Amino acid sequence: MNLLLDLWTVAAVVAGVFFFLAGTVGLLRFPDTLTRLHALTKADNLGLGLVVLGLLPRVGSLLDALKLLCVWLLVLLAGACASQLIARHVKRSQPPT
Amino acid sequence: MTMAMLLDGCLVLLILGIAAWTVLARNTFPAVAGYAVYGLLLALAWVRLAAIDAALTEAAIGGGLTGVLLIRATVRLRSTEARAHAERPGPLFRIFAALLAAACAGLLAVVFLGLPDPAPTLAPMVAENLSVTGLGNAVTAVLLAFRAIDTLLEAVVLVFALIAVWSLAPNRHWGGRPGPRYTLDPDAMLAYLGRLLPPLGIIVAIYVFWVGADLPGGKFQAGTLLSAMWLLTIIAGLQDSPPVSRRWVRGLLVLGTVVFLAIGFAGWPLAGFFLAYPEDYAKPLILLIEAASMISIAVTLGLLVLGPPARSNDS
Repeated sequence: MNLLLDLWTVAAVVAGVFFFLAGTVGLLRFPDTLTRLHALTKADNLGLGLVVLGLLPRVGSLLDALKLLCVWLLVLLAGACASQLIARHVKRSQPPT
Repeated sequence: MTMAMLLDGCLVLLILGIAAWTVLARNTFPAVAGYAVYGLLLALAWVRLAAIDAALTEAAIGGGLTGVLLIRATVRLRSTEARAHAERPGPLFRIFAALLAAACAGLLAVVFLGLPDPAPTLAPMVAENLSVTGLGNAVTAVLLAFRAIDTLLEAVVLVFALIAVWSLAPNRHWGGRPGPRYTLDPDAMLAYLGRLLPPLGIIVAIYVFWVGADLPGGKFQAGTLLSAMWLLTIIAGLQDSPPVSRRWVRGLLVLGTVVFLAIGFAGWPLAGFFLAYPEDYAKPLILLIEAASMISIAVTLGLLVLGPPARSNDS
């Protein structure tokens, strides 16, 4: 059982780190703001989500687990809102082509 | 052990790198962005040093609030940026500035490296006397019982900073509302966030304030969170900033200092000297001071970000 939980943690955190890496590469390499935002939100949403899911079996209490999930949800909310605001600004400052 | 060393090494390199970037960036906005990231990395460094209280404050103030303040300053200065770039100081001036900065850093390094090992510390005394205060968090005990006078003066300094900002107001706007009038766009993301986040943020702030007695947290971090929530509703256009001449604004600004001073002076007859707490009442009195200070800090920080009064009362 413990071995299974360990495997789950390793697999989920590695997957999360992969999304962070992919998101960072996208942020650096993609051509314009909207595609870069797309790459960035993948890192936030999926990467952090997988890291949180991977860490869930490690926490000591239910309260700690809830706190971890809350952190993820708040980052989701902040990330979604911030990228909406940036995208809106980009759309308004660029004349339609 | 080696993993931890690797992590700390990477953190130090990142902090030094972003610090260099902040200093060397040619434009103001990237420098400000770098500075905010620098604050967040510094918070991580505090976590690694097991100073969670300092980390929370650094993340809230250094990463969050100072970043917002500087971004607003950048936007204000945008029209003069080209001119500021044009007047490049001469080489002599720049060499002198670099020498001065290097001498400052070098002096700090000499003082720090010259400390006896182990460094002189009062930590054992604090740990010994912690039970007298009824608190569980040694940092809060130092801030509000053992070195309360420093904390009192800090609160006063914050209000002075706001007075300095307000004194930049043009005469015709004096007493008016600070910052531009933000228009509410009911369908916009910001309005949604301004409605959704404050209830959560207020609960987190009260939690951070309440656990400050026994765990890392306290009035400063909580006050910063509250001011962030307040600013969010103002920037989303859900409410307007208050005119600085309002009595309740002035009252809330000095509330923390007044309560602190009142309890401090009451310590004279009740416990023997200024800022002493009567025995058995230390913890409730400290909580009262913290609650009042939290409100004052929230209002002060919010108004600091909003800036000097910029329009008359009714517009």
